[in-house]
Amino acid sequence: MYALVVDLARWLTSGSQWTGPDGIGHRLAEHLQYSLLATLIAAAIGLPVGLLIGHTGRGAFLAINLASFGRALPTVGLVVLVFLAGGLSMLPVYVALVALAVPAIVTNTHAGMTAVDPDVKDAARGQGMRGHQVLFKVELPLALPLIMTGLRLALIQVVATATIAAYVSFGGLGRYVFDGLAQRDLVQVLGGAVLVAVVAIVLDVVLSTLQRVFALPHQRSGARRSAPTGTA
Amino acid sequence: MTIDWSWIGEHIGELASLTLSHLEAAMTAVLLGLVLSLPLAVLAHRVRPLRGFLLGASNVLFTIPSIAVFVLLLPVSGLTRTTTVIGLTVYTLVVLLRNTVEGLESVPARTKEAARAMGTRPLRTLLAVEFPLALPVIMAGVRIATVMSISLVSVATYIGDGGLGQLFTDGFQRDFPTPVIAGVVLTLLLAVVADAVLVAVEYALTPWRRSRA
Repeated sequence: MYALVVDLARWLTSGSQWTGPDGIGHRLAEHLQYSLLATLIAAAIGLPVGLLIGHTGRGAFLAINLASFGRALPTVGLVVLVFLAGGLSMLPVYVALVALAVPAIVTNTHAGMTAVDPDVKDAARGQGMRGHQVLFKVELPLALPLIMTGLRLALIQVVATATIAAYVSFGGLGRYVFDGLAQRDLVQVLGGAVLVAVVAIVLDVVLSTLQRVFALPHQRSGARRSAPTGTA
Repeated sequence: MTIDWSWIGEHIGELASLTLSHLEAAMTAVLLGLVLSLPLAVLAHRVRPLRGFLLGASNVLFTIPSIAVFVLLLPVSGLTRTTTVIGLTVYTLVVLLRNTVEGLESVPARTKEAARAMGTRPLRTLLAVEFPLALPVIMAGVRIATVMSISLVSVATYIGDGGLGQLFTDGFQRDFPTPVIAGVVLTLLLAVVADAVLVAVEYALTPWRRSRA
């Protein structure tokens, strides 16, 4: 066990392991590229759907059930299925990653929208705001923290799952896991797994920090104390 | 992509046993997760400083990709069912622990005071008052954890287990979509059925909530 940890540390820190087309640097860039592109596509699909469902109040049933469907869908099966149907391309990987990310984005966006106080929306309408103004100037800013949480969860799940790109012969950090499994090289497998975990954890920390920094003043914890009272 | 129905007919027994093995792995993980989370949640609920630590730790565990968890367990438990179950249990913890803590916190303080005023001992208050009242929130966690585990079992196919997930590797290696479609459909069915059973269990366990409905 101890020897394994030493080998693992050596694998992760040796300079030659980080350079070249099979190096960690290149694999890491590939992994991030798959993850970010898939999350962006998922956001382009999931955000409008979640906003629309939340704004109109129609299709809430869909938003809630989509969450459990997304949770139940076996990603590995989906990748293999699209791969067998569509042949050797990155398409299956992106389809699976997007399918994984969309439910998290839709349900959190919808949850954020429904959490907006109906009185606030009424007040906005009472002031003569139109539907789209209420949506973009009132509901969206107030729902933003939960929307961001959805995007963060989606990205973390996608980073974790982008490992399977290597299963259908593409790159990314999963390469080490699957090559290692095939070559019975435990150190390489563990190295890949550690790298994926570190990337996921680092992204999670960075995004939740950003979320805190960019939160509206009243959404920051403890802000109530410093907020001016009775500005009227 | 067409489904080869004759293959399904010939392999019906294998499909059934894979489904059972799949369900067994997921259920063992959820039960183990519950056994671990219930006392931990009570601890987190009673000892404030531990609350943040325990919930934070389970969150970090959740961030680690499932394939990584399975692989990291290889030096400990090898290519076995134990690895699958431990890996899945780690994932159920984040949902089960959080929901159990939130469930316990949702019990009104007055109810607990009433129990104490009636001379109910602390342990009995916990078992006969707090847990039953926290049950709806705990069961919501159990449902999420179960559906999630059923989906995640397939990932263990990379370490030679994986229940229905074996159909994915099989179909992939032979360039034959039928087992893959069967695997995806059976996994989704299993999740739907398990969820419905849990809804029925919750209904049976909370008779006092029915009169209000």
